[in-house]
Amino acid sequence: MTSTLTVTLRRRLDRQRVQDAAFRGTTRLFALGVLVLMGGVVAALAAGAIPAFAKFGWSFLTSDAWNPVTEKFGALPAIYGTLVTSFIAMLIGIPLALGIAVFLTELCPLPLRRPIGTLIELLAAVPSIIYGIWGLFVLAPVLQNTVQPFLVDTLGEVPMIGALFAGPPLGLGILTAGLILGVMVLPFIAAVMRDVFSTVPPMLRESAYGVGATTAEVMRHIVLPYTRVGVIGGIMLGLGRALGETMAVTFVIGNAHRIKASLLAPGTTISATLANEFTEAVGDLYTSSLFALGFILFVITFIVLAAAKLMLLRLERRAAK
Amino acid sequence: MRISGLYARRRAVNGVYLALSVAATATGLAVLFLILWTLLRNGIPALGSDLFTETTPPPGSRGGIANAIYGSVVMTLVATLVGTPVGVLTGTYLAEFGAGSRIAPVVRFVNDILLSAPSIIIGLFVYELMVVRMGHFSAWAGSAALAILVVPVVVRTTEDMLRLVPGSLREAAAALGAPQWKVIAAVIYRAALQGMLTGVMLAVARIAGETAPLLFTALNNQFWSADMNGPMANLPVVIFQFALSPYADWQVLAWGGATLITIAVLMLNILARALASWSNRSP
Repeated sequence: MTSTLTVTLRRRLDRQRVQDAAFRGTTRLFALGVLVLMGGVVAALAAGAIPAFAKFGWSFLTSDAWNPVTEKFGALPAIYGTLVTSFIAMLIGIPLALGIAVFLTELCPLPLRRPIGTLIELLAAVPSIIYGIWGLFVLAPVLQNTVQPFLVDTLGEVPMIGALFAGPPLGLGILTAGLILGVMVLPFIAAVMRDVFSTVPPMLRESAYGVGATTAEVMRHIVLPYTRVGVIGGIMLGLGRALGETMAVTFVIGNAHRIKASLLAPGTTISATLANEFTEAVGDLYTSSLFALGFILFVITFIVLAAAKLMLLRLERRAAK
Repeated sequence: MRISGLYARRRAVNGVYLALSVAATATGLAVLFLILWTLLRNGIPALGSDLFTETTPPPGSRGGIANAIYGSVVMTLVATLVGTPVGVLTGTYLAEFGAGSRIAPVVRFVNDILLSAPSIIIGLFVYELMVVRMGHFSAWAGSAALAILVVPVVVRTTEDMLRLVPGSLREAAAALGAPQWKVIAAVIYRAALQGMLTGVMLAVARIAGETAPLLFTALNNQFWSADMNGPMANLPVVIFQFALSPYADWQVLAWGGATLITIAVLMLNILARALASWSNRSP
């Protein structure tokens, strides 16, 4: 009697052990799948890019040619556009995000904190294509008619930086793309800043207030130094977004494979080139050159995002201590 | 006198900084409302019944975007159905079996990078993987690209939500003799359900408006098509093409589609947040 019970029990236990192993194995398989996915992306991009890199070699990175007819391709204008628009985006996004994070953590009345925080986060939820048509139909005309003529007349006359604001005000171009990107990455940076600001031990903050520091001084001398790594991580995260952002930029950048000194001139970015030309590319070398652009974009964003992640991890580990 | 002067200056500096931070917040909010206002002003005139019943017209004639709405809904649905289980299982591994494992930190790191990786890169990947092999653009390829975007979002929220479930719940279930898979499937998932649902909704909101990965995969289709094996119309790509076209009626349709998609995405986001805060309140 008891022995049959033990036998059934043991059998059930054995079955459960197998089931547990199967369940654990399945989840592990899918987790490995994520790694395979990343590997696949790298492999597919590299495979597609090989013909272009084989043909042009390193000169692909330094050439500004982009001529589908003669099949001469170079990535420089697209890389330049990607970096410059992202740089402008950071110039706009970082101060705004910092202001918002300070407002939300230090100033905002408690009942308003959640609603305003949510609204700022919704800015990140608006699809990229919506920023694109808004930029094209609303922001670009305003820039063309008022802001850019003003810039040309004032900053355009200043020696040295004048060249940055020269030329006809088209409304579309590097500056417009940078502006839109700045707004788009702002919620991502602000969210990270808000989170890392809240990791500051209350005792540090309160001691500073206790010796008579103002809010601005607490931010500058206590909170920012304490969260520096996390803040930089958040900024890099925003930068990663800005570098790869596609649709919004495609609408407003003007799509010209040229490097002009002026920020008002049309240009292109890697992602905008892909969005505009990929489905229309004829010829293997053309398609392969676009894959090569994609590969370069992936490498740049991977480095930026990985650095961001490592910095945030460092802060997390310190906060856990 | 000297001290009070210094104090006054510090207060003034503080005032300037705080005013700037208020101004920054106001700027962010202003942009959001400007975008919404523009959409409503241009989009509401387009929201007639034709928009939902007619297919995309040739330039110069009347029509709607019914085929694009259908395509977007179908591809989003397929992508969510495929991506969610993958994300949930991966998230489960990271949260429940990841401790002490060597691959878990790597998976977490790679997943976070995929989360922010440019979506157009995913489009290129699926193009190389599926479109080139199949020889043509297809709704399957579009769904696959979107599914790849769903996975990292769901992995992240699933892991975070499972970690919030108290360990005592796991121990109690195990003490009753439940095997580990049963503890997770019947107890932990149930406890974390609302949070995981939030993640899925956020993922749907993210892919509903994605354009870049669809450009090279699902492409577009002017006609009504339910064939998953062929190119299929979808809202984002239709908005892209119609907004950049020189035809006024196409631009009106683009505004209509843009308004629809934005309202849907923002609603999903607000709902997801409401669900998350509600589930946090009643553990």
